[in-house]
Amino acid sequence: MGDSYRIIFIHAPSAWMSMFTYVVMAVAGATGLIWRIKLGHAVARACAPLGAVFTFCALVTGALWGKPTWGTYWIWDARLTSELVLLFLYFGYMALISAIEDKRTASRAAALLAVVGLVNIPIIHYSVEWWNTLHQGSTVTRLARPAMDIEMLIPLLIMFAAINFYFIASLFNRVRCELLDQERQTQWVKNLVHKHQMNGQAHG
Amino acid sequence: MLQHRNSLIATFLAVVSRDVAIAFRHLNEIFHPALFFIITVSLFPLAISPDPMFLQKLAPGIIWVAALLATLLALDGIFHSEYEDGTLELLVLSPHPLSILVIAKVCSHWLITGLPLLLIAMGLGIMLNLPRSAFSAMLLSLLLGTPAMSMIGAIGAALTVGLRKSGVLLALIIIPLYVPVLIFGTSAIQAAALQTNWAGQIYLLAAILILCLTLAPFAIATALRISLN
Repeated sequence: MGDSYRIIFIHAPSAWMSMFTYVVMAVAGATGLIWRIKLGHAVARACAPLGAVFTFCALVTGALWGKPTWGTYWIWDARLTSELVLLFLYFGYMALISAIEDKRTASRAAALLAVVGLVNIPIIHYSVEWWNTLHQGSTVTRLARPAMDIEMLIPLLIMFAAINFYFIASLFNRVRCELLDQERQTQWVKNLVHKHQMNGQAHG
Repeated sequence: MLQHRNSLIATFLAVVSRDVAIAFRHLNEIFHPALFFIITVSLFPLAISPDPMFLQKLAPGIIWVAALLATLLALDGIFHSEYEDGTLELLVLSPHPLSILVIAKVCSHWLITGLPLLLIAMGLGIMLNLPRSAFSAMLLSLLLGTPAMSMIGAIGAALTVGLRKSGVLLALIIIPLYVPVLIFGTSAIQAAALQTNWAGQIYLLAAILILCLTLAPFAIATALRISLN
């Protein structure tokens, strides 16, 4: 395998985060939908592009990993296929958000879609897995990884922690922008912008 | 209580019969999805190969994908005219639970657009050289699968009802959710064509339909409330 096994340090955490982010997005959206908490909607909206990027990374690294192991970039393997469907779900969510002009309606509609998607993800996952074993049973055993060496496990766990922290930091940044955008008519945001401009002039 | 239940059933039937009557006065609502189904299926032999053995292998997938697209295309209009003329708001304001009324809407919509697909699929199966043993599996899988697809798709239609160009968007948000139905539907026909046991797939499709019938109405009702504000 050579150095290609190192792809797993990106691939596995991204694949995990792609699903975790969807759960965060759906739960945050449901919070906004049920208790009418604006912050929930802001978090859900901020999750979508992050989750799509994680899913995309998982797909690309999966394809790059597939080349040395399977000899081809893409096979219709169960995990790759369900990641692909997950990517479509993220795209659908973002398309719905951008299609509805009124931001509040958009957030609520998209939150409902995310919840419906969350109910569907396990069904999609198991149906794809079942479909895959029906059509090409051998790849599943080929994919089953042997017990991981401790020398590989430690960096993998570090990568898991790192990508989680990246997610949290990036999410907070995005939520901050979402909130500023949402509250742009209010006085405190205007004050903030004013202060920022004054600072900028003082430094410039 | 009894009075109330009776009036709920009466309202349910009234919504269904109203929609069916409207459809019979504008027959294009019935014919357009059906024609789309036939035309899409007939593209595949032209695009791939007219070889009967080849088509026989592809037939389950072709029929299911075309049925899926036809359902999706028809669903775009399920709430549209009601939204425009205000009937939808009356349904939302009615004393009966909206989730029951949307079941009536989806039921009538399936009767108008889903049921004809089943009849047409018989003919298309012959044209695609589907083995005779697979016909009952095809009908049964479509009978269970198309209402489930109508239910899921109605969520998307309810979310996009207020938008001007909703067709492509509806497809974008709903097609990923159709994956399980498509997998079990096609594999039931494939299993029947190979003359193996196809009961399992049908049970799974029935389970999906029951899940859709129980959960989707709440999602559709919520989606309509969001769209109507």
